Amino acid sequence: MRVMALVKRILQQIVRDKRTMGLLIVAPILVLTMLYLVFSGEAYTPKVGLVNVPAAVAEHINVDGAQVTELGSEQEAQEQLNTRQLDGYITFEGQLPVIHLEGSDPSVSGATMRWFQSAMTTDQAPKVKVDYLHGSSDMGQFDYFGPVLLGFFVFFFVFLIAGVSFLRERTTGTLERLLTSPLRKWEIVIGYVLGFGMFTMIQATVIAAYTIYVLGMVMEGAFGYVLLITLLLSLTALTLGILLSSFANNELQMMQFIPIVIVPQIFFSGLFNLETIPSWLSWLGQVTPLYYAAEALRDVMVRGYGWGEIYIDVLAMAGFSLLFIAINIIVLRKYRKV
Amino acid sequence: MQLTKACVSIRHVSKNFKKHHVLEDINLEIFEGEIFGLLGPSGAGKTTLVKQLSGLDMPTKGENFVFGEKMPTLQLMNRIGYMAQSDALYEDLSAKENLQFFSALYGLKGEKKASRMAEVMELVQLSNDMTKLVSNYSGGMKRRLSLAIALLHEPELVILDEPTVGIDPVLRKSIWHAFYDLKKQGKTLIVTTHVMDEADKCDRLGLMRDGRLIAVGTPAELKAQTNSNTIEEAFLVYGGAKS
Repeated sequence: MRVMALVKRILQQIVRDKRTMGLLIVAPILVLTMLYLVFSGEAYTPKVGLVNVPAAVAEHINVDGAQVTELGSEQEAQEQLNTRQLDGYITFEGQLPVIHLEGSDPSVSGATMRWFQSAMTTDQAPKVKVDYLHGSSDMGQFDYFGPVLLGFFVFFFVFLIAGVSFLRERTTGTLERLLTSPLRKWEIVIGYVLGFGMFTMIQATVIAAYTIYVLGMVMEGAFGYVLLITLLLSLTALTLGILLSSFANNELQMMQFIPIVIVPQIFFSGLFNLETIPSWLSWLGQVTPLYYAAEALRDVMVRGYGWGEIYIDVLAMAGFSLLFIAINIIVLRKYRKV
Repeated sequence: MQLTKACVSIRHVSKNFKKHHVLEDINLEIFEGEIFGLLGPSGAGKTTLVKQLSGLDMPTKGENFVFGEKMPTLQLMNRIGYMAQSDALYEDLSAKENLQFFSALYGLKGEKKASRMAEVMELVQLSNDMTKLVSNYSGGMKRRLSLAIALLHEPELVILDEPTVGIDPVLRKSIWHAFYDLKKQGKTLIVTTHVMDEADKCDRLGLMRDGRLIAVGTPAELKAQTNSNTIEEAFLVYGGAKS
Protein backbone atom coordinates (compact mmCIF):
# COMPACT_ATOMS: atom_id res chain seq x y z
CA MET A 1 0.00 0.00 0.00
CA ARG A 2 3.06 2.21 0.20
CA VAL A 3 3.01 2.39 -3.58
CA MET A 4 -0.59 3.62 -3.50
CA ALA A 5 0.40 6.36 -1.06
CA LEU A 6 2.96 7.53 -3.58
CA VAL A 7 0.43 7.33 -6.42
CA LYS A 8 -2.09 9.34 -4.42
CA ARG A 9 0.48 12.00 -3.62
CA ILE A 10 1.57 12.36 -7.26
CA LEU A 11 -2.03 12.76 -8.42
CA GLN A 12 -2.66 15.32 -5.67
CA GLN A 13 0.36 17.27 -6.84
CA ILE A 14 -0.67 17.22 -10.49
CA VAL A 15 -4.22 18.31 -9.69
CA ARG A 16 -2.90 21.07 -7.42
CA ASP A 17 -0.62 22.38 -10.16
CA LYS A 18 -3.11 23.76 -12.66
CA ARG A 19 -0.49 25.02 -15.07
CA THR A 20 1.20 21.69 -15.40
CA MET A 21 -2.11 19.99 -15.90
CA GLY A 22 -2.89 22.57 -18.56
CA LEU A 23 0.44 21.96 -20.26
CA LEU A 24 -0.17 18.22 -20.37
CA ILE A 25 -3.66 18.44 -21.87
CA VAL A 26 -4.26 21.86 -23.39
CA ALA A 27 -0.85 22.36 -25.01
CA PRO A 28 -0.96 19.21 -27.22
CA ILE A 29 -4.54 20.06 -28.22
CA LEU A 30 -3.56 23.60 -29.10
CA VAL A 31 -0.55 22.56 -31.14
CA LEU A 32 -2.43 19.81 -32.97
CA THR A 33 -5.23 22.23 -33.79
CA MET A 34 -2.76 24.70 -35.24
CA LEU A 35 -1.12 21.97 -37.30
CA TYR A 36 -4.52 20.90 -38.52
CA LEU A 37 -5.30 24.44 -39.65
CA VAL A 38 -1.90 24.83 -41.29
CA PHE A 39 -1.99 21.54 -43.15
CA SER A 40 -5.63 21.67 -44.11
CA GLY A 41 -5.42 25.07 -45.77
CA GLU A 42 -6.46 25.46 -49.42
CA ALA A 43 -4.13 24.05 -52.04
CA TYR A 44 -1.75 26.70 -53.33
CA THR A 45 -2.90 28.57 -56.44
CA PRO A 46 0.13 29.30 -58.60
CA LYS A 47 0.38 32.63 -60.39
CA VAL A 48 1.52 31.98 -63.93
CA GLY A 49 2.16 34.06 -66.97
CA LEU A 50 1.77 33.14 -70.64
CA VAL A 51 4.11 34.84 -73.10
CA ASN A 52 3.60 34.65 -76.88
CA VAL A 53 1.50 31.55 -76.74
CA PRO A 54 0.56 30.34 -80.17
CA ALA A 55 -3.17 30.56 -80.68
CA ALA A 56 -3.39 26.82 -81.41
CA VAL A 57 -1.96 25.99 -78.00
CA ALA A 58 -3.80 28.73 -76.12
CA GLU A 59 -7.11 27.22 -77.11
CA HIS A 60 -6.26 23.98 -75.40
CA ILE A 61 -4.91 25.38 -72.18
CA ASN A 62 -7.12 24.66 -69.21
CA VAL A 63 -6.82 27.75 -67.02
CA ASP A 64 -8.49 26.23 -63.95
CA GLY A 65 -6.48 26.07 -60.74
CA ALA A 66 -4.14 28.95 -61.44
CA GLN A 67 -4.14 32.68 -61.72
CA VAL A 68 -3.21 33.14 -65.35
CA THR A 69 -1.99 36.39 -66.90
CA GLU A 70 -1.19 36.90 -70.54
CA LEU A 71 1.86 39.02 -71.07
CA GLY A 72 3.09 40.90 -74.09
CA SER A 73 6.82 40.37 -73.79
CA GLU A 74 9.29 38.17 -72.02
CA GLN A 75 10.91 41.21 -70.47
CA GLU A 76 7.68 42.09 -68.73
CA ALA A 77 7.34 38.54 -67.45
CA GLN A 78 10.92 38.59 -66.22
CA GLU A 79 10.20 41.72 -64.21
CA GLN A 80 7.08 40.28 -62.64
CA LEU A 81 9.01 37.15 -61.75
CA ASN A 82 11.59 39.34 -60.02
CA THR A 83 9.01 41.14 -57.93
CA ARG A 84 7.31 37.81 -57.27
CA GLN A 85 4.06 38.80 -58.87
CA LEU A 86 4.46 35.60 -60.87
CA ASP A 87 5.61 32.18 -59.72
CA GLY A 88 6.48 31.16 -63.29
CA TYR A 89 5.80 31.83 -66.92
CA ILE A 90 5.88 29.92 -70.11
CA THR A 91 7.27 31.04 -73.45
CA PHE A 92 7.34 29.34 -76.77
CA GLU A 93 10.43 29.02 -78.87
CA GLY A 94 8.87 27.82 -82.02
CA GLN A 95 6.64 24.90 -81.01
CA LEU A 96 8.61 24.05 -77.87
CA PRO A 97 7.37 25.44 -74.57
CA VAL A 98 9.98 26.73 -72.10
CA ILE A 99 9.03 27.15 -68.45
CA HIS A 100 10.70 29.78 -66.27
CA LEU A 101 10.26 29.51 -62.50
CA GLU A 102 10.91 31.88 -59.62
CA GLY A 103 12.20 28.79 -57.84
CA SER A 104 13.04 29.94 -54.26
CA ASP A 105 10.28 27.92 -52.60
CA PRO A 106 10.26 24.24 -53.64
CA SER A 107 6.60 23.77 -52.74
CA VAL A 108 5.55 26.74 -54.89
CA SER A 109 7.75 25.54 -57.75
CA GLY A 110 6.20 22.09 -57.43
CA ALA A 111 2.65 23.42 -57.51
CA THR A 112 3.48 25.58 -60.53
CA MET A 113 5.07 22.68 -62.39
CA ARG A 114 2.12 20.43 -61.65
CA TRP A 115 -0.24 23.04 -63.03
CA PHE A 116 1.80 23.49 -66.22
CA GLN A 117 1.89 19.74 -66.75
CA SER A 118 -1.83 19.27 -66.30
CA ALA A 119 -2.66 22.36 -68.31
CA MET A 120 -0.49 21.30 -71.24
CA THR A 121 -1.72 17.72 -71.51
CA THR A 122 -4.36 17.45 -74.11
CA ASP A 123 -7.77 16.09 -73.26
CA GLN A 124 -7.34 13.13 -75.59
CA ALA A 125 -5.40 11.04 -73.02
CA PRO A 126 -7.59 8.32 -71.42
CA LYS A 127 -8.72 9.03 -67.86
CA VAL A 128 -7.00 6.72 -65.33
CA LYS A 129 -9.04 5.11 -62.58
CA VAL A 130 -7.21 5.17 -59.23
CA ASP A 131 -7.75 2.52 -56.60
CA TYR A 132 -6.46 3.06 -53.00
CA LEU A 133 -5.41 0.14 -50.79
CA HIS A 134 -5.32 2.49 -47.79
CA GLY A 135 -6.49 6.04 -47.43
CA SER A 136 -8.31 7.91 -50.18
CA SER A 137 -7.92 10.89 -52.45
CA ASP A 138 -9.37 12.96 -49.59
CA MET A 139 -6.52 12.07 -47.28
CA GLY A 140 -4.40 15.11 -46.66
CA GLN A 141 -0.95 15.63 -45.22
CA PHE A 142 -2.42 16.16 -41.75
CA ASP A 143 -3.89 12.66 -41.83
CA TYR A 144 -0.51 11.14 -42.61
CA PHE A 145 1.58 13.27 -40.24
CA GLY A 146 -1.13 13.45 -37.60
CA PRO A 147 -0.60 10.06 -35.94
CA VAL A 148 3.16 10.73 -35.67
CA LEU A 149 2.61 14.19 -34.22
CA LEU A 150 0.00 12.88 -31.81
CA GLY A 151 2.57 10.42 -30.52
CA PHE A 152 5.30 13.02 -30.46
CA PHE A 153 3.42 15.56 -28.36
CA VAL A 154 2.32 12.96 -25.85
CA PHE A 155 5.94 11.80 -25.58
CA PHE A 156 7.39 15.28 -25.35
CA PHE A 157 5.13 16.66 -22.63
CA VAL A 158 5.13 13.55 -20.48
CA PHE A 159 8.92 13.29 -20.71
CA LEU A 160 9.37 16.86 -19.60
CA ILE A 161 6.88 16.87 -16.73
CA ALA A 162 7.80 13.49 -15.31
CA GLY A 163 11.49 14.35 -15.59
CA VAL A 164 11.14 17.69 -13.88
CA SER A 165 8.94 16.36 -11.11
CA PHE A 166 11.40 13.58 -10.29
CA LEU A 167 14.24 16.06 -10.49
CA ARG A 168 12.45 18.20 -7.90
CA GLU A 169 12.05 15.18 -5.71
CA ARG A 170 15.83 14.91 -5.79
CA THR A 171 16.76 18.58 -5.44
CA THR A 172 14.33 19.35 -2.62
CA GLY A 173 15.64 16.40 -0.63
CA THR A 174 12.34 14.55 -0.56
CA LEU A 175 13.85 11.63 -2.50
CA GLU A 176 16.43 11.23 0.23
CA ARG A 177 13.62 11.49 2.77
CA LEU A 178 11.71 8.74 0.96
CA LEU A 179 14.81 6.57 1.06
CA THR A 180 15.10 6.89 4.84
CA SER A 181 11.62 5.39 5.06
CA PRO A 182 11.00 1.66 4.59
CA LEU A 183 9.96 2.37 1.00
CA ARG A 184 11.80 0.11 -1.44
CA LYS A 185 13.51 1.51 -4.51
CA TRP A 186 11.27 -0.35 -6.94
CA GLU A 187 8.25 0.96 -5.06
CA ILE A 188 9.37 4.51 -5.78
CA VAL A 189 9.77 3.86 -9.50
CA ILE A 190 6.52 1.88 -9.76
CA GLY A 191 4.68 4.55 -7.77
CA TYR A 192 5.79 7.13 -10.29
CA VAL A 193 4.86 4.91 -13.21
CA LEU A 194 1.38 4.27 -11.82
CA GLY A 195 0.74 7.84 -10.69
CA PHE A 196 1.75 9.43 -13.95
CA GLY A 197 0.39 6.45 -15.87
CA MET A 198 -3.11 7.11 -14.53
CA PHE A 199 -2.87 10.72 -15.47
CA THR A 200 -1.44 10.05 -18.93
CA MET A 201 -4.28 7.63 -19.55
CA ILE A 202 -6.69 10.53 -19.17
CA GLN A 203 -4.39 12.76 -21.18
CA ALA A 204 -4.05 10.25 -24.02
CA THR A 205 -7.82 9.68 -24.18
CA VAL A 206 -8.61 13.38 -24.32
CA ILE A 207 -5.97 14.18 -26.93
CA ALA A 208 -6.68 11.19 -29.15
CA ALA A 209 -10.45 11.71 -28.96
CA TYR A 210 -10.02 15.36 -29.82
CA THR A 211 -7.81 14.80 -32.87
CA ILE A 212 -9.98 12.00 -34.19
CA TYR A 213 -13.50 13.16 -33.44
CA VAL A 214 -13.11 16.94 -33.45
CA LEU A 215 -10.31 17.52 -35.95
CA GLY A 216 -11.49 14.56 -38.01
CA MET A 217 -8.11 12.89 -38.40
CA VAL A 218 -8.43 9.71 -40.46
CA MET A 219 -9.30 6.77 -38.23
CA GLU A 220 -9.66 3.36 -39.81
CA GLY A 221 -8.85 1.10 -36.85
CA ALA A 222 -10.06 0.70 -33.28
CA PHE A 223 -9.83 3.59 -30.82
CA GLY A 224 -8.77 1.16 -28.10
CA TYR A 225 -5.52 0.39 -29.94
CA VAL A 226 -4.74 4.09 -30.25
CA LEU A 227 -5.14 4.41 -26.49
CA LEU A 228 -2.99 1.37 -25.85
CA ILE A 229 -0.22 2.72 -28.06
CA THR A 230 -0.27 6.24 -26.63
CA LEU A 231 -0.34 4.86 -23.11
CA LEU A 232 2.70 2.67 -23.72
CA LEU A 233 4.47 5.53 -25.42
CA SER A 234 3.86 7.80 -22.46
CA LEU A 235 5.23 5.10 -20.17
CA THR A 236 8.49 5.08 -22.12
CA ALA A 237 8.53 8.88 -22.01
CA LEU A 238 7.88 8.79 -18.28
CA THR A 239 10.54 6.23 -17.43
CA LEU A 240 13.08 7.85 -19.75
CA GLY A 241 12.32 11.27 -18.25
CA ILE A 242 12.84 9.98 -14.73
CA LEU A 243 16.05 8.26 -15.79
CA LEU A 244 17.56 11.30 -17.49
CA SER A 245 16.56 13.56 -14.61
CA SER A 246 19.16 11.68 -12.56
CA PHE A 247 21.79 13.22 -14.79
CA ALA A 248 20.47 16.77 -14.52
CA ASN A 249 21.13 19.09 -11.62
CA ASN A 250 18.36 21.56 -12.30
CA GLU A 251 15.42 22.27 -14.56
CA LEU A 252 17.55 24.01 -17.17
CA GLN A 253 19.75 20.95 -17.54
CA MET A 254 16.59 18.89 -17.97
CA MET A 255 15.60 21.16 -20.87
CA GLN A 256 18.99 20.51 -22.43
CA PHE A 257 17.95 16.94 -23.08
CA ILE A 258 15.26 18.12 -25.48
CA PRO A 259 17.53 18.79 -28.48
CA ILE A 260 19.58 15.67 -27.75
CA VAL A 261 16.93 13.13 -26.88
CA ILE A 262 13.59 14.42 -28.14
CA VAL A 263 14.19 16.31 -31.37
CA PRO A 264 16.22 13.59 -33.17
CA GLN A 265 13.38 11.17 -32.54
CA ILE A 266 11.15 13.26 -34.82
CA PHE A 267 13.50 12.64 -37.74
CA PHE A 268 13.33 8.90 -37.34
CA SER A 269 9.68 8.67 -36.42
CA GLY A 270 8.43 8.56 -39.98
CA LEU A 271 7.62 12.21 -40.37
CA PHE A 272 10.19 12.04 -43.14
CA ASN A 273 10.49 9.01 -45.32
CA LEU A 274 13.06 6.78 -43.67
CA GLU A 275 14.11 5.22 -46.98
CA THR A 276 15.60 8.50 -48.09
CA ILE A 277 17.80 8.71 -45.00
CA PRO A 278 21.29 7.21 -45.53
CA SER A 279 21.27 3.59 -44.39
CA TRP A 280 24.22 4.05 -42.02
CA LEU A 281 22.03 6.50 -40.14
CA SER A 282 18.55 5.09 -40.46
CA TRP A 283 19.13 2.22 -37.98
CA LEU A 284 18.92 4.92 -35.29
CA GLY A 285 15.18 4.93 -35.79
CA GLN A 286 14.98 1.45 -34.38
CA VAL A 287 16.44 2.52 -31.04
CA THR A 288 13.96 5.36 -30.54
CA PRO A 289 10.60 4.62 -28.86
CA LEU A 290 8.79 7.16 -31.02
CA TYR A 291 9.62 5.16 -34.16
CA TYR A 292 7.57 2.20 -32.93
CA ALA A 293 4.73 4.34 -31.66
CA ALA A 294 4.45 6.27 -34.92
CA GLU A 295 4.53 3.07 -36.94
CA ALA A 296 1.83 1.47 -34.81
CA LEU A 297 -0.35 4.58 -34.73
CA ARG A 298 -0.21 4.84 -38.51
CA ASP A 299 -1.01 1.16 -38.88
CA VAL A 300 -4.12 1.58 -36.78
CA MET A 301 -5.29 5.03 -37.81
CA VAL A 302 -4.40 5.12 -41.50
CA ARG A 303 -4.26 1.46 -42.47
CA GLY A 304 -6.92 0.15 -40.10
CA TYR A 305 -4.75 -2.72 -38.86
CA GLY A 306 -5.27 -4.56 -35.60
CA TRP A 307 -3.28 -6.47 -32.99
CA GLY A 308 -1.69 -8.85 -35.48
CA GLU A 309 0.22 -6.03 -37.16
CA ILE A 310 1.00 -3.79 -34.21
CA TYR A 311 2.01 -6.22 -31.48
CA ILE A 312 5.72 -6.03 -32.30
CA ASP A 313 5.66 -2.24 -31.93
CA VAL A 314 3.67 -2.53 -28.72
CA LEU A 315 6.13 -5.07 -27.31
CA ALA A 316 9.06 -2.87 -28.33
CA MET A 317 7.63 0.03 -26.34
CA ALA A 318 6.88 -2.18 -23.36
CA GLY A 319 10.47 -3.40 -23.61
CA PHE A 320 11.82 0.14 -23.56
CA SER A 321 9.72 0.95 -20.48
CA LEU A 322 10.90 -2.14 -18.62
CA LEU A 323 14.50 -1.41 -19.53
CA PHE A 324 14.25 2.17 -18.30
CA ILE A 325 12.50 1.06 -15.09
CA ALA A 326 15.30 -1.43 -14.40
CA ILE A 327 18.01 1.18 -14.99
CA ASN A 328 16.11 3.63 -12.78
CA ILE A 329 16.14 1.18 -9.90
CA ILE A 330 19.85 0.64 -10.37
CA VAL A 331 20.52 4.38 -10.51
CA LEU A 332 18.66 4.84 -7.20
CA ARG A 333 21.32 2.67 -5.58
CA LYS A 334 23.44 5.80 -5.66
CA TYR A 335 21.26 7.07 -2.80
CA ARG A 336 20.73 3.93 -0.82
CA LYS A 337 22.49 0.64 -1.22
CA VAL A 338 19.71 -1.57 0.10
CA MET B 1 24.33 6.23 31.83
CA GLN B 2 27.57 4.66 30.69
CA LEU B 3 26.31 1.28 31.82
CA THR B 4 23.37 1.16 29.43
CA LYS B 5 23.38 -0.63 26.11
CA ALA B 6 24.93 0.91 23.03
CA CYS B 7 22.31 1.97 20.53
CA VAL B 8 24.79 3.02 17.87
CA SER B 9 28.37 1.85 17.42
CA ILE B 10 30.56 3.46 14.85
CA ARG B 11 33.72 1.42 14.27
CA HIS B 12 36.73 2.73 12.37
CA VAL B 13 34.55 4.56 9.91
CA SER B 14 36.24 6.50 7.13
CA LYS B 15 34.68 8.08 4.08
CA ASN B 16 36.46 9.38 1.02
CA PHE B 17 35.03 11.28 -1.91
CA LYS B 18 37.75 10.70 -4.49
CA LYS B 19 40.90 12.02 -2.74
CA HIS B 20 39.02 14.08 -0.21
CA HIS B 21 38.72 12.60 3.26
CA VAL B 22 35.33 13.47 4.70
CA LEU B 23 35.50 11.14 7.66
CA GLU B 24 38.66 9.70 9.14
CA ASP B 25 38.63 6.70 11.44
CA ILE B 26 35.63 7.59 13.58
CA ASN B 27 34.99 5.40 16.62
CA LEU B 28 31.97 6.18 18.73
CA GLU B 29 29.35 4.52 20.90
CA ILE B 30 26.03 6.21 21.46
CA PHE B 31 23.94 4.76 24.29
CA GLU B 32 20.25 4.08 24.51
CA GLY B 33 18.23 6.89 26.02
CA GLU B 34 20.75 9.69 25.71
CA ILE B 35 20.77 12.90 23.74
CA PHE B 36 24.04 12.89 21.87
CA GLY B 37 25.20 16.09 20.23
CA LEU B 38 27.55 16.20 17.27
CA LEU B 39 29.18 19.59 17.35
CA GLY B 40 31.40 21.09 14.74
CA PRO B 41 31.67 23.71 12.03
CA SER B 42 30.04 23.09 8.67
CA GLY B 43 32.17 20.80 6.56
CA ALA B 44 33.33 18.84 9.60
CA GLY B 45 31.55 15.72 8.37
CA LYS B 46 28.57 15.70 10.74
CA THR B 47 25.99 15.29 7.99
CA THR B 48 27.97 12.55 6.26
CA LEU B 49 28.16 10.64 9.53
CA VAL B 50 24.46 10.91 10.41
CA LYS B 51 23.49 10.02 6.84
CA GLN B 52 25.37 6.77 7.25
CA LEU B 53 23.51 6.08 10.47
CA SER B 54 20.18 6.66 8.76
CA GLY B 55 21.07 4.30 5.92
CA LEU B 56 21.56 6.84 3.15
CA ASP B 57 25.29 6.49 2.80
CA MET B 58 27.98 3.87 3.27
CA PRO B 59 31.41 4.20 4.81
CA THR B 60 34.43 3.63 2.56
CA LYS B 61 36.06 1.76 5.42
CA GLY B 62 34.72 0.56 8.75
CA GLU B 63 31.24 -0.36 9.92
CA ASN B 64 28.22 1.23 11.52
CA PHE B 65 25.95 -0.76 13.82
CA VAL B 66 22.50 0.43 14.87
CA PHE B 67 20.54 -1.69 17.37
CA GLY B 68 23.25 -4.30 16.92
CA GLU B 69 22.66 -4.62 13.19
CA LYS B 70 25.01 -3.49 10.48
CA MET B 71 23.76 -0.50 8.51
CA PRO B 72 22.36 -0.01 5.99
CA THR B 73 19.46 -2.39 6.34
CA LEU B 74 15.86 -1.93 5.35
CA GLN B 75 14.56 -3.66 8.50
CA LEU B 76 15.77 -0.83 10.71
CA MET B 77 14.24 2.01 8.71
CA ASN B 78 11.02 1.78 10.72
CA ARG B 79 12.88 2.27 13.99
CA ILE B 80 14.88 5.31 12.88
CA GLY B 81 13.52 8.80 12.37
CA TYR B 82 15.66 11.08 10.24
CA MET B 83 15.33 14.77 9.72
CA ALA B 84 17.61 16.09 7.02
CA GLN B 85 19.22 19.47 6.81
CA SER B 86 16.91 20.42 3.95
CA ASP B 87 13.25 20.41 4.83
CA ALA B 88 12.25 17.74 2.32
CA LEU B 89 8.57 18.64 2.22
CA TYR B 90 6.09 18.69 -0.64
CA GLU B 91 5.41 22.39 -0.92
CA ASP B 92 2.37 22.11 -3.15
CA LEU B 93 0.58 19.97 -0.57
CA SER B 94 -0.84 20.98 2.79
CA ALA B 95 0.84 20.01 6.06
CA LYS B 96 -1.90 17.47 6.61
CA GLU B 97 -1.37 15.89 3.20
CA ASN B 98 2.36 15.69 3.86
CA LEU B 99 1.72 13.97 7.18
CA GLN B 100 -0.79 11.58 5.61
CA PHE B 101 1.68 10.64 2.91
CA PHE B 102 4.50 9.87 5.31
CA SER B 103 2.10 8.05 7.68
CA ALA B 104 1.18 5.75 4.82
CA LEU B 105 4.86 5.09 4.06
CA TYR B 106 5.38 3.93 7.63
CA GLY B 107 2.18 1.90 7.61
CA LEU B 108 0.21 4.04 10.08
CA LYS B 109 -3.54 3.68 9.66
CA GLY B 110 -6.88 4.77 10.99
CA GLU B 111 -7.11 6.08 14.54
CA LYS B 112 -3.45 5.51 15.25
CA LYS B 113 -2.56 7.68 12.28
CA ALA B 114 -4.95 10.46 13.28
CA SER B 115 -3.74 10.52 16.87
CA ARG B 116 -0.05 10.48 15.90
CA MET B 117 -0.58 13.31 13.42
CA ALA B 118 -2.30 15.40 16.08
CA GLU B 119 0.39 14.58 18.67
CA VAL B 120 3.40 15.54 16.58
CA MET B 121 1.78 18.72 15.33
CA GLU B 122 0.94 19.65 18.91
CA LEU B 123 4.55 19.02 19.86
CA VAL B 124 5.91 21.47 17.28
CA GLN B 125 3.01 23.87 17.88
CA LEU B 126 1.61 23.75 14.39
CA SER B 127 -1.83 22.32 15.21
CA ASN B 128 -3.55 25.43 13.91
CA ASP B 129 -1.76 25.35 10.57
CA MET B 130 -2.64 21.81 9.65
CA THR B 131 -4.55 22.59 6.45
CA LYS B 132 -2.22 25.32 5.19
CA LEU B 133 -0.17 24.67 2.08
CA VAL B 134 3.47 24.16 2.97
CA SER B 135 4.46 26.79 0.39
CA ASN B 136 2.74 29.33 2.65
CA TYR B 137 4.78 28.24 5.67
CA SER B 138 7.67 30.30 6.98
CA GLY B 139 11.18 28.81 7.14
CA GLY B 140 10.87 28.03 10.84
CA MET B 141 7.45 26.43 10.38
CA LYS B 142 8.82 24.17 7.64
CA ARG B 143 11.66 23.15 9.93
CA ARG B 144 9.14 22.21 12.64
CA LEU B 145 6.95 20.30 10.22
CA SER B 146 10.01 18.30 9.11
CA LEU B 147 10.66 17.51 12.73
CA ALA B 148 7.05 16.45 13.24
CA ILE B 149 7.30 14.10 10.26
CA ALA B 150 10.54 12.59 11.56
CA LEU B 151 8.78 11.75 14.84
CA LEU B 152 5.55 10.52 13.26
CA HIS B 153 6.22 6.79 13.40
CA GLU B 154 7.55 6.84 16.98
CA PRO B 155 11.12 5.91 16.10
CA GLU B 156 13.38 4.60 18.86
CA LEU B 157 16.37 6.40 17.40
CA VAL B 158 15.85 9.96 16.21
CA ILE B 159 18.56 11.51 14.06
CA LEU B 160 18.20 15.25 13.62
CA ASP B 161 20.49 17.19 11.32
CA GLU B 162 20.52 20.83 12.48
CA PRO B 163 16.95 20.71 13.81
CA THR B 164 16.75 24.21 15.24
CA VAL B 165 18.17 26.33 12.42
CA GLY B 166 15.96 29.35 11.81
CA ILE B 167 13.77 28.74 14.83
CA ASP B 168 13.33 31.53 17.35
CA PRO B 169 14.74 31.10 20.89
CA VAL B 170 11.35 30.67 22.58
CA LEU B 171 10.36 27.93 20.22
CA ARG B 172 13.82 26.41 20.36
CA LYS B 173 13.39 26.04 24.05
CA SER B 174 10.08 24.28 23.64
CA ILE B 175 11.57 21.99 21.02
CA TRP B 176 14.32 21.05 23.45
CA HIS B 177 11.60 20.29 25.98
CA ALA B 178 10.16 17.93 23.42
CA PHE B 179 13.59 16.28 23.08
CA TYR B 180 13.76 15.73 26.83
CA ASP B 181 10.26 14.23 26.73
CA LEU B 182 11.38 11.80 24.05
CA LYS B 183 14.42 10.93 26.14
CA LYS B 184 12.15 10.21 29.09
CA GLN B 185 10.23 7.78 26.91
CA GLY B 186 13.51 5.95 26.41
CA LYS B 187 14.30 7.20 22.90
CA THR B 188 17.80 7.95 21.74
CA LEU B 189 18.48 11.25 20.01
CA ILE B 190 21.40 12.26 17.85
CA VAL B 191 21.44 15.98 17.15
CA THR B 192 23.95 17.79 14.99
CA THR B 193 24.55 21.45 15.57
CA HIS B 194 27.08 24.16 15.03
CA VAL B 195 25.52 26.36 17.71
CA MET B 196 27.74 26.08 20.77
CA ASP B 197 25.11 27.08 23.35
CA GLU B 198 22.88 24.27 22.19
CA ALA B 199 25.67 21.84 22.92
CA ASP B 200 25.32 22.37 26.66
CA LYS B 201 21.83 20.88 26.52
CA CYS B 202 23.08 17.48 25.31
CA ASP B 203 23.91 14.58 27.60
CA ARG B 204 27.13 13.90 25.77
CA LEU B 205 28.94 15.61 22.96
CA GLY B 206 31.17 14.58 20.10
CA LEU B 207 33.32 17.38 18.80
CA MET B 208 34.11 17.10 15.11
CA ARG B 209 36.59 18.93 12.97
CA ASP B 210 37.89 18.16 9.46
CA GLY B 211 36.35 14.70 9.45
CA ARG B 212 37.87 13.72 12.78
CA LEU B 213 36.19 13.17 16.10
CA ILE B 214 38.46 15.26 18.33
CA ALA B 215 36.77 14.75 21.69
CA VAL B 216 33.85 12.89 23.28
CA GLY B 217 32.32 13.43 26.70
CA THR B 218 29.67 15.20 28.72
CA PRO B 219 29.73 18.97 28.43
CA ALA B 220 31.01 19.19 32.01
CA GLU B 221 33.81 16.70 31.35
CA LEU B 222 34.94 18.48 28.23
CA LYS B 223 35.03 21.82 30.02
CA ALA B 224 36.85 20.38 33.02
CA GLN B 225 39.48 18.63 30.93
CA THR B 226 40.36 21.83 29.14
CA ASN B 227 39.92 24.21 32.04
CA SER B 228 37.45 26.24 30.07
CA ASN B 229 34.18 27.88 30.96
CA THR B 230 32.34 27.26 27.72
CA ILE B 231 32.12 24.53 25.13
CA GLU B 232 33.42 26.99 22.59
CA GLU B 233 36.67 27.41 24.52
CA ALA B 234 36.93 23.66 24.98
CA PHE B 235 36.46 23.22 21.25
CA LEU B 236 39.29 25.66 20.58
CA VAL B 237 41.64 23.77 22.88
CA TYR B 238 40.86 20.39 21.30
CA GLY B 239 41.01 21.85 17.82
CA GLY B 240 44.25 23.68 18.52
CA ALA B 241 45.92 20.66 20.05
CA LYS B 242 45.33 18.66 16.88
CA SER B 243 46.61 21.16 14.34
